[in-house]
Amino acid sequence: MSLDSKTPSGPMALRWSKHKQDSKLINPKNKRKYTVIVVGSGLAGSSAAATLSELGYKVKCFCFQDSPRRAHSIAAQGGINAAKNYQNDGDSVHRLFYDTVKGGDFRARESNVHRLAEESVNIIDQCAAQGVPFAREYGGGLANRSFGGAQVSRTFYARGQTGQQLLLGAYSALNKEVARGGVEMHTRSEMLEVVVVDGHAKGIITRDLMTGKIEAHAADTVLLCTGGYGNVFYLSTNAMGCNVTATWRAHRKGAYFANPCYTQIHPTCIPVSGDYQSKLTLMSESLRNDGRIWVPKNTKDIGKPAAQIPEADRDYFLERKYPSFGNLAPRDISSRAAKEACDAGLGVGPGGRGVYLDFAEAIGQFGQKTIAERYGNLFEMYEKITGESGYKQPMRIYPAVHYTMGGLWVDYNLMSSLPGLHVLGEANFSDHGANRLGASALMQGLADGYFVIPTTIAPYLVTQTPGSVTTSHREFTKALEDAQGRTNKFLNVKGKRSVDSFHRELGLLVWDKCGMARDKAGLTEALKRIPELREEFWSNVTVPGSSAAANPELEKAGRVADFMEFAELLCHDALDREESCGGHFRSEHQYDDGEAKRDDENYCYAAAWEHTGDLSKPKLNKEQLTFEEVHLSVRSYK
Amino acid sequence: MSLLNLQLKVWRQNQGQPGHFQDIQAREIPDHASFLEMMDIVNERLIQDGGDPVAFDHDCREGICGMCSMTINGIAHGPEKATTTCQLHMRKFRDGDTIWVEPFRAKAFPVVKDLMVNRSAFDRIQQAGGFVTVRTGAAPDANSILVGKEVADAAMDAAACIGCGACVASCKNASAMLFVSAKAGQLNSLPQGQPEKDRRTLGMVRQMDKEGFGNCTNQYECEAACPKEISVRWITKLNRDYALAAAKEAFVGVQEHAEGGD
Repeated sequence: MSLDSKTPSGPMALRWSKHKQDSKLINPKNKRKYTVIVVGSGLAGSSAAATLSELGYKVKCFCFQDSPRRAHSIAAQGGINAAKNYQNDGDSVHRLFYDTVKGGDFRARESNVHRLAEESVNIIDQCAAQGVPFAREYGGGLANRSFGGAQVSRTFYARGQTGQQLLLGAYSALNKEVARGGVEMHTRSEMLEVVVVDGHAKGIITRDLMTGKIEAHAADTVLLCTGGYGNVFYLSTNAMGCNVTATWRAHRKGAYFANPCYTQIHPTCIPVSGDYQSKLTLMSESLRNDGRIWVPKNTKDIGKPAAQIPEADRDYFLERKYPSFGNLAPRDISSRAAKEACDAGLGVGPGGRGVYLDFAEAIGQFGQKTIAERYGNLFEMYEKITGESGYKQPMRIYPAVHYTMGGLWVDYNLMSSLPGLHVLGEANFSDHGANRLGASALMQGLADGYFVIPTTIAPYLVTQTPGSVTTSHREFTKALEDAQGRTNKFLNVKGKRSVDSFHRELGLLVWDKCGMARDKAGLTEALKRIPELREEFWSNVTVPGSSAAANPELEKAGRVADFMEFAELLCHDALDREESCGGHFRSEHQYDDGEAKRDDENYCYAAAWEHTGDLSKPKLNKEQLTFEEVHLSVRSYK
Repeated sequence: MSLLNLQLKVWRQNQGQPGHFQDIQAREIPDHASFLEMMDIVNERLIQDGGDPVAFDHDCREGICGMCSMTINGIAHGPEKATTTCQLHMRKFRDGDTIWVEPFRAKAFPVVKDLMVNRSAFDRIQQAGGFVTVRTGAAPDANSILVGKEVADAAMDAAACIGCGACVASCKNASAMLFVSAKAGQLNSLPQGQPEKDRRTLGMVRQMDKEGFGNCTNQYECEAACPKEISVRWITKLNRDYALAAAKEAFVGVQEHAEGGD
């Protein structure tokens, strides 16, 4: 199948307006006849479900949590970008567009990014009107803060809980529509399968996580708003329930998976403290404004209290390598530098996987009180988790998986290569290229849900007769049987190892071979090891309990089984991409000074992988990326 | 890092059936582990021994999603102030301790399994008015609605609620007043929330009553247990907003009747 991105032509700044102008419309009376399934209730899912319901579509929304408000968008801390130029500092839609394309290391689709920048301003209006308590200035106007990768101040925020507040805003819009009868909400419902009828996505199979009941739901189109796949690494800053199941099952049914190797590793996380660890906690990047990052220069100092290591024996490696950006170098670069130091045996703390983030100098200069005012909540969180005070000794940090830029391939209308299946938010691939800038994830989730899909869903729906497929269709019957069969299969293995033990082993393997730095040898080894582990999983996993009741172990088994398959595609993609760009660093492709070396001549494409039925042989389809507005150049932060 | 040996008394229950406490030994638990990681270790061993792992709700494990919900030694989210169960760490316990682990108990929160409860009542309360009716795309420029910094900060204090239900679990009446007052209070104190203030207040309070939550008798256990330190002053505001809305409703109702007479 050829990849048609359906990108409009004409001047970049007019494309989205033109596309809206040219888009098909469905009259209000007919909208009521269409049913839309929305899977996921984070920023993208809640905003899409609420808005489509407002327009008159019948919406069914599903989430695996006990309430839509708990989706992991809630954990985003920093803020949301918008080209409002309220600061009068020269910001514009074009600048936000430019920064995002460059920040993504020239691997995003320009037209989509421009649309994102255009809609950013409407998001802020929408959220403010909903009563989202954004930070304000004394005059009552909205306040802004600065974020990485930009020279203007365009980030809107609500303390350190911006994701929470934006999600609660979208959740309130969703509640309004549930109350009105436009949205049927299904909580504690996990999607197990996409149902394809005559080549079109026409419904889903779900499992009720309270009763165990497996159910079929039909619709005229399906929207996946199911987030990223960071938990393939087991340890990440994602919530425990985040999973690849929805997008992976769709991939198996014909949706191409694009650029899975673009994973974002966040430099400021609390390090792993033991093998019992279940997740990693992110601490805001803002700490790097005042904290200095270092490791001992000599291995003989490892294990000594930080205070006993004299100044001359410390290596402030970011300041040394990137004198102009110093401790504020971008996420991918800072992360790799920390890894290098630890690989050289200079890491601090348990297991040697940590670097110091030291506030001694800032406390000396501004006093502890000022530092506490700036970062008090983060110091408290650090102390809760580690039992150490960041005021008395340096904090220890280490990079952790945070966000995934890759996802299901979508065209300009957010439709995947499986007709009728739309993909929104982190679950798709289109807007962040190989690296996402801070405060852009919230922007994309809400742009897709509030402003893009309400327009771009119509061109597909007008080609469909509403309600033409019901759950009595044999494809649904078959999908139900398959899902039940797979569920029983987990319970019937009756092996010796828990689901978690497999997930941990898979995560360590993928982190080791396809984490912050990748090379051919390691990836080849991973590609050999993953199928072996998968085979062991299916012959030796143990899942207690039954399928006819609440059973968290069974839920985990389904998710881990899909990660076991997805991990292989992740490594295939990383192996195929013989260049370094953004979050994908191939050790073979670097400049003499260790910086990432992009290969625009051969790899300026989005890799859209097609499932062939053989996990070891996915088929590569390429969408060539062209850059008309922002010229290809080397990112430098020296 | 040191290791702890603990005696757990864990509530076990299947949906619709009576429950009981089960004694579980939790040996050699690293004191750096979080409470939920301790439960993970316990479950891993139960699975190895062919037992039934303890079901509990959890998701983000960073104190923001509001999914975790255990009553530990009689206190919702355990002994540490302003801390959710997922952020509570084992170094707060001592070797040899006996720890009682129960679900959030309330009539309106029926047990799903073991420590998992159904808190959908909170969603239904929000559906009864916890929103501003604004259609997507119909919003004015954000800076055309000015909100004083103090007002915005206060609204944010209320909006910090994570909807975990610790307030209900800690109240002897299982009252949801702290939750409802925070949710209604955020919108009722902002200019955007004014047009629907009375409808919202009446709708949410009546839904709360319908769900089977108890009355507030001003014990303030809720504030003490709240992981986000929501102030009981929001309850005062809700009572005031409710009295006003109910009075207006009665008054307008009378007026309508009068006008509709002859």
